[in-house]
Amino acid sequence: MPETVEPVETLGTTGTRHLWLNFGPQHPSTHGVLRVLLQLDSEYIRYAQLHYGYLHRGFEKLAENKTYDQFVPITDRLDYLGPFFNTCAFVMAVEKLMGVEAPRRAQYIRVIMMELIRISSHLLWLGAFGIDLGAITPVMYCLRERENILDLIEMVTGARLTHNYFRIGGVGKDLPPEFKDRAVEYLEKSYFEKIKDYDVLLKKNRIFLGRTKGVGIVSAEEAINYGFTGPTLRSCGVPFDLRKNDPYLVYPELKFDIPTGDTGDTYDRYIVRLVELRESAKLVIQALEKLPEGEVMTRDPRIFQPPKDKIFDNVETLIHYCYLASEGINAPRGEVYARVEGARGEFGVYLFSNGTNRPYRLFIRVPTFVNLTIVPKLAQGRLVADLAAILGGFDMVLGEVDK
Amino acid sequence: METMIKIIAVFTLLMVMVGFISWLERKILGRMQVRHGPMRVGWHGIFQPIADGIKLLTKELVIPAGADKQLFLMAPVISLIFAVTPFAVIPWGSGQGYITDINIGLVLILALSSLGTFGIVIGGWSSNSKYSVLGAMRAVALMLSYELPLILSLVGVVMLTGSFRLTEIVSAQAQQGLWFVAIQPVAFVCYLLAGTAETQRIPFDMLEDEGSLVNGFFTEYSGMGFSLFVMAEYINIILIGAISAVVFLGGWQRPFPSVEFLAFLDVVPAAGWFLLKVFLFVFLVIWFRGTLPRVRYDQLMYFGWKILLPLTLLSILLTGLYKVLDFQHNLIFYYLITFILSLFCVTYCSKHFYQEETTLKEVRVGI
Repeated sequence: MPETVEPVETLGTTGTRHLWLNFGPQHPSTHGVLRVLLQLDSEYIRYAQLHYGYLHRGFEKLAENKTYDQFVPITDRLDYLGPFFNTCAFVMAVEKLMGVEAPRRAQYIRVIMMELIRISSHLLWLGAFGIDLGAITPVMYCLRERENILDLIEMVTGARLTHNYFRIGGVGKDLPPEFKDRAVEYLEKSYFEKIKDYDVLLKKNRIFLGRTKGVGIVSAEEAINYGFTGPTLRSCGVPFDLRKNDPYLVYPELKFDIPTGDTGDTYDRYIVRLVELRESAKLVIQALEKLPEGEVMTRDPRIFQPPKDKIFDNVETLIHYCYLASEGINAPRGEVYARVEGARGEFGVYLFSNGTNRPYRLFIRVPTFVNLTIVPKLAQGRLVADLAAILGGFDMVLGEVDK
Repeated sequence: METMIKIIAVFTLLMVMVGFISWLERKILGRMQVRHGPMRVGWHGIFQPIADGIKLLTKELVIPAGADKQLFLMAPVISLIFAVTPFAVIPWGSGQGYITDINIGLVLILALSSLGTFGIVIGGWSSNSKYSVLGAMRAVALMLSYELPLILSLVGVVMLTGSFRLTEIVSAQAQQGLWFVAIQPVAFVCYLLAGTAETQRIPFDMLEDEGSLVNGFFTEYSGMGFSLFVMAEYINIILIGAISAVVFLGGWQRPFPSVEFLAFLDVVPAAGWFLLKVFLFVFLVIWFRGTLPRVRYDQLMYFGWKILLPLTLLSILLTGLYKVLDFQHNLIFYYLITFILSLFCVTYCSKHFYQEETTLKEVRVGI
């Protein structure tokens, strides 16, 4: 690793100055509004600095003025390519605080939806990464596949982007009856073959190898020191996955592998994500087969809203309903931290409650924000074109980085 | 007067071809990418280029603050002029199918087409934009690395014919009954690769690398300036295709010109065969774009200097052997030697290809 070079204005002998370049915030390969300030020596990067916050919407503060129920749809807007992870982390935090657990069927449904959205997110990453490197074809195929996944999700949630499907204590509604057949049929009949094809589009290409191998190498030790999580960490050879290492929901009952890389370069990040595409699909199929019957919402009276037809029969039910609708959920005092393995890494929600119906303080731990901190170090001494590859390999979503 | 008519005819044909290729590219790319491409304007969007042209003509040409106005406006014109002028010596068909026929035709084409880089450099530099300057720098790096293999890959043909005159190169292939691609397969491949770099297309389009340089040297251009650059790019593709047709693929002749059996192929006029060969290259370039990622510009320089250049030199050596040792009569043996030597050359050269690590070792002097 090159040592940290401080920015200098002039070069002594010739008096020529380095070129300062604003890489972003409006730039095709920053996938949103990330700004990287670069000091260039011809086209080699001497110094890079990340500037976050162009998409900051203050969600953590916003949560303090919303009841727990009201904040659930907002979590969809954090990492908009993997919205189920955000919602799940928040919902799990509140559940942990209140000491309730979602019914097993709801837990299975959550796993299915999260793995589906992981596939969708990784597919979009694969296409966007190709675009970063100048390959314009893979993205079209990836988007086609993603459409199918989104169709499945739409069947369940009714939405394709901001789903607002998970609830505190369960999920919004049960799976439609034809969902299982359609999902299994699609995944088994066409998905795996297609993924194999898309893999070949880039993997064996000499130019692709030249652009990604040896670019942005992060050692395992460094990755841990920088707080990496998710595929980015696993590509460095650390087999750490919250689904295995800190199991939540019903993941312990399902069988899946965790892919790891060896060198921790951009190519390994590609390989790890590609294997995850397959593993996630296997998880979905397994979970659909094991899916138990039963409720999808907990019956805990502090959370459960009485069904509409009962409300008009019984005055106590009506009062209870009105109370829940106006006050929301009253969580007990305490602080909890819940985390899930998102498409990009550990997505955690730290919740501090003072016993009212709103969080006293909510902290959201986002993976890409942490993962990206190493980019200035990786970029140093590389070409500008490599920066696009490095940034692409981190799979950032600015809605999540800037919260 | 006759020359004047020919000039107008060739220019018109070029403009029509540019429009057609831009449509063709979008359609072929669409097919490769499971979509339709333009479908709205006319039959399968065939009039899309005209609609685009009207749109670009009526758009405002924004000159950025701090730009060198004269140079900024001149750059796309320079680019286009140097792309169009080489067509003065291209023989489109048999007989008088050229505007002019000079004895240094090939040299003139190479000289003029390499000047086109000036348009890019001036355009990038005068835009007063950092992305454009970086794009212009890359254009120079690109030109330095492909121009030499491009020229050297044509040397073999000149050795075989003993002339730079394009009509003579074509007629030499007719007399021999064998296109030069059969005698010079290595040079042909090198020429196609270097030619793709000359057209500044994927995988060698790092000077308009939207992944890192937004749009490279013409980031700041809009309206007509932009469209002139794009036209120059497409005309360059036609030019490279035309040269490869003339030099390697027998110009306006039908396939296997010496075989009597195939004489019925002559129903297609000479210019038709020529255009077909040009469009083969056009399709190849579009195919590249639909398939390949972009190389980094240092990788292209390694590729140009460490693989293409030795290969073209090898090809010249082979051509010399062909002439001296009289290989016309046992081509199989010649191919064997060519294959073995090229394989050896490529493996030896590419051993050093990916080893180079581009890290900033010491502070270097910028521009």
